[in-house]
Amino acid sequence: MTMQAHQASPPNPSAQTDAGPRRAPPVASTGVLGWLRANLFNTWYNTLLTALIIWLLAQVIPGLVSWLFTSAVWTAEDAGVCRAAEGACWAFVAEKWRFILFGTYPYEQHWRPTVAMLVVIVMLLASADRRFWGKPLILIWGAGLGIAALLMFGGVFGLDYVDTNRWGGLPLTLTLSVVGLALAFPLGVLLALGRTSNLPVVKALSVVYIEAIRGVPLISILFMASVMFPLFLPQGMTIDKVLRAQIGLILFAAAYLAEVVRGGLQAIPKGQYEAAEALGLSYWQRTRLIILPQAMALVIPPLVNTFIGFFKDTSLVIIIGLLDLLSTAKAALTDPAWRGFYKEAYLFIGLIYFAFCYALSRYSMYLEREFNKSRKR
Amino acid sequence: MAQATEARSPVRTGPPKRGISLNDPMVRSVLWQILTAGLVGLIAWYLISNTMENLARQSISSGYDFLDRPAGFQIGEQLVAYGPADSYARAFLVGLLNTLKVAAIGIVLATILGTLVGIARLSTNWLVAKLSAGFVEMIRNVPLLLQLFLWYGLLTEGLPGPRQAMEPVPGVFLSNRGLKIPGPAEDPAWFWIMAAFGVGVLATILLSRWNRARQQRTGQVLPMGWIGTGLVVGLPLLVLIAFGGAALDMPALQGFNFTGGLTLTPEFAALLFGLVVYTSAFIAEIVRSGILAVSHGQTEAARALGLSEGKVLRLVVLPQALRVIIPPTTSQYLNLTKNSSLAVAIGYPDFVSVANTTINQTGQAIEGVASIMAVFLTISLALSFLMNWYNTRIALKER
Repeated sequence: MTMQAHQASPPNPSAQTDAGPRRAPPVASTGVLGWLRANLFNTWYNTLLTALIIWLLAQVIPGLVSWLFTSAVWTAEDAGVCRAAEGACWAFVAEKWRFILFGTYPYEQHWRPTVAMLVVIVMLLASADRRFWGKPLILIWGAGLGIAALLMFGGVFGLDYVDTNRWGGLPLTLTLSVVGLALAFPLGVLLALGRTSNLPVVKALSVVYIEAIRGVPLISILFMASVMFPLFLPQGMTIDKVLRAQIGLILFAAAYLAEVVRGGLQAIPKGQYEAAEALGLSYWQRTRLIILPQAMALVIPPLVNTFIGFFKDTSLVIIIGLLDLLSTAKAALTDPAWRGFYKEAYLFIGLIYFAFCYALSRYSMYLEREFNKSRKR
Repeated sequence: MAQATEARSPVRTGPPKRGISLNDPMVRSVLWQILTAGLVGLIAWYLISNTMENLARQSISSGYDFLDRPAGFQIGEQLVAYGPADSYARAFLVGLLNTLKVAAIGIVLATILGTLVGIARLSTNWLVAKLSAGFVEMIRNVPLLLQLFLWYGLLTEGLPGPRQAMEPVPGVFLSNRGLKIPGPAEDPAWFWIMAAFGVGVLATILLSRWNRARQQRTGQVLPMGWIGTGLVVGLPLLVLIAFGGAALDMPALQGFNFTGGLTLTPEFAALLFGLVVYTSAFIAEIVRSGILAVSHGQTEAARALGLSEGKVLRLVVLPQALRVIIPPTTSQYLNLTKNSSLAVAIGYPDFVSVANTTINQTGQAIEGVASIMAVFLTISLALSFLMNWYNTRIALKER
C-alpha cells in the first residue's frame, strides 16, 4: 500500500531540502526591485534601451503635458488669448464643439440627433451582450432605427422636417456606418453564398463583383456614387447626396463582408453539409438552420474588425462633400477668427473615433476568447 | 409512407423519366441561374439605357477621344516632363507614375517600420513592449484621412515660411514649402559614381552566391555583411575621391521661394508619412502573430545550439514566421496602394486626383471612374501575382 502511494505521487524535489529551514527568495528577485530587474534591466542591451527611452520620454513628456494641460487655454472670449498662449487652445473646441458634433443641423434642434445617437449607442451596447442575441434583437434594432430616423428627419408629431443636406457631424458618421453595415451585411452573406455555391453563373457573378470592388479604392466608388449615379437614373429622378454616398458605402462594405463570411463557410466541415443534405433539407433550409449559424459564430471576431475598418472609412465621404465628423472639424477650421487650431480640432475628433474603434477592438478580443473556450481543452 | 416518398421523388422509382420536373436538382439549378443572370442583365440594361439617354441629352460624347486634347491644368510634381499644353493622356501618365512612386516607397518603408514595431512588441523590455503596443493601438483606431490631415497641417502650418526656413545642415532647408536638399548637377562624375554603385551591387550578389557554395563545401563563411557594405558604399566613394568631388545643385532662396536642388513637397511627405505609419501598425500586428506562431521549441533549440539572439531571430524564427506573415502582408500592400488615392484630399497629384480634375473639366465621368478602376485593378493584380510568386518560393517544401 505504501509502495503504491509512493509511486503514484510525483517525485517531490523539495522533499530532500526539507531538512534545512526555508529561506526567503533573494530581495533582488521579488517586489518592485525584482520586477524592474526582470522587465527593464535583464540584459545589457535592455538596460541601454531602457535608459534611452527614459531619456527620450523625459525630453518629450514635460513639453507635451505643458502644451496639453498646464499652459493650455481652456476658455477665451476670442482667439487672441489663444494665440498669445504657449499651449493648446481648448477654447477653440469649447467654441466649436456643437458645430463639429452636429454640423449644420438646426441649432435649437440639436437635442434630436443627440437622442437619436443615444438610442443607437444603447442598441450597440445591448447587441454587445451575448444574452440578447437572437430574434428580439432584430426587432429592437428595427424599432430603434425607426425612432432614430423619426427624430433625425422629423416632419411628424410637430417636429420640423430636416433635410439630409443639413445632417452632419457625428450623427451622419453614425448613420452612414450603422445603416451601411445593417444593409451591407445581408448582401454580403448572399454574395458569400453565391461565391461558394455550385451554380457556375451565380458563382461567376459573385466573384467578379467581390474582386472588382475589393480591387479598387473606396474613393473611386464614392466618385461613382456622386458623379455616375445621376447618369444611371431616368430623367427627372434624383436621389440626394447622402443616400447616394450611403449606397456606395453599402456596395463597398458588402464585398468585404462577403469575404469574411466566406472564410466561415469554408471552415465548416463537409460532413455538416452532407448531414444536412441527408436530412432532406432544401438548400435554403440547410443554409439558414445548419450552415450559417455555425459559420457566423466562427467569423464574429473578424467581422467586428471589418466593422472597425468600415467605421473609419466613412470619413472618406468628405471627398465628395458630405459633412461628416471629419468634415465638420475641417470646416470649423475655416472660420477666419479661429484659423490655425488644427491640432486641437483633429485631436478632439481623433479621440471620438478612437473611443468607438478601441471599444470595438477590445470587444472583438473578448469575443475571440469567448468563442475559443469551446475549442480549448 | 411509401406513397408519400413516391410522391416526393418520383424520379427515383421506376425507370428514368424523360420529362422535366421542378424537383429535379439539375433543372432547378439551371432555372436559378437563368433567373439570376436575367435579373442582373435586366438591371444592367436599365442602368445602361438610362445612361445612354442622359448622355445623349447632355450631349456628352462617350469614348476616350478626350485623351488627345490638351489638358490645360498644372500638375504640382512630375517624374516625366509635363506642361498644361500636353494631352490628358500625358497627364494620366504623370498621375500614374506619382501613384506608383508613393506606393513603392511606402511599401518598403512600411515593411521596415512594421517589422521593427512588431518585434518591439515582443521585447522582453517592458517599456519597449508597452510603448510599441500603445503606438499600434493609437494608429489603428483613428481614420487614415484624419492622420493625413494632421501630418499635412504640421508640415504646412507648423513649419516656418521659406524666408525663415530652418537650415539644420548647410544646403538643407526645411520650410512650409517642403524639404529642400542639394541635388546632383550636370557633372560626368555622377555617371561614374552610379556605374561604380552598380558594379558594387553586382559584385556583392556574385560573391554571396560563391560564399554560399563555399559554405556548403567547406563550412567556412566570409563576413558578407562587411564585404557587401564595403563594395556597395566604398566603390562609389572611391570614384568620388578620384574625381575630387562632384558638382551639386544647391537650393537657394530667391524672392519668395527656393530654386535648385531636390524637393520633397509637403504633400508627398505628408502622404508618404501617413501611409507608412498607418500601414506599419497593421504590419506590426501581422509580424507579431507570425513570430508567435513559431513554436517555442524552435527558439529554445536554436538557443541551445548557442546561437546569438540576433541569429536566432534571423536564421530560425523569421524564415518560419514569414510563411504566416506573407499572405496577410500582401493585403496590407494592396491596402497601402489603394489608400494612396487619399492623396486627392491633401493635394498630391496622384492618378485619382488627376482623373478627378479631368472628370470635372470634361464631364467624362464614366471614362474617368473606369480608368481609375482599371488602373487600380491592374496594380492589385500585378502586386498579388508578385507576392503569390514570392509566397510559393518561401513556402514549406514538403517531400
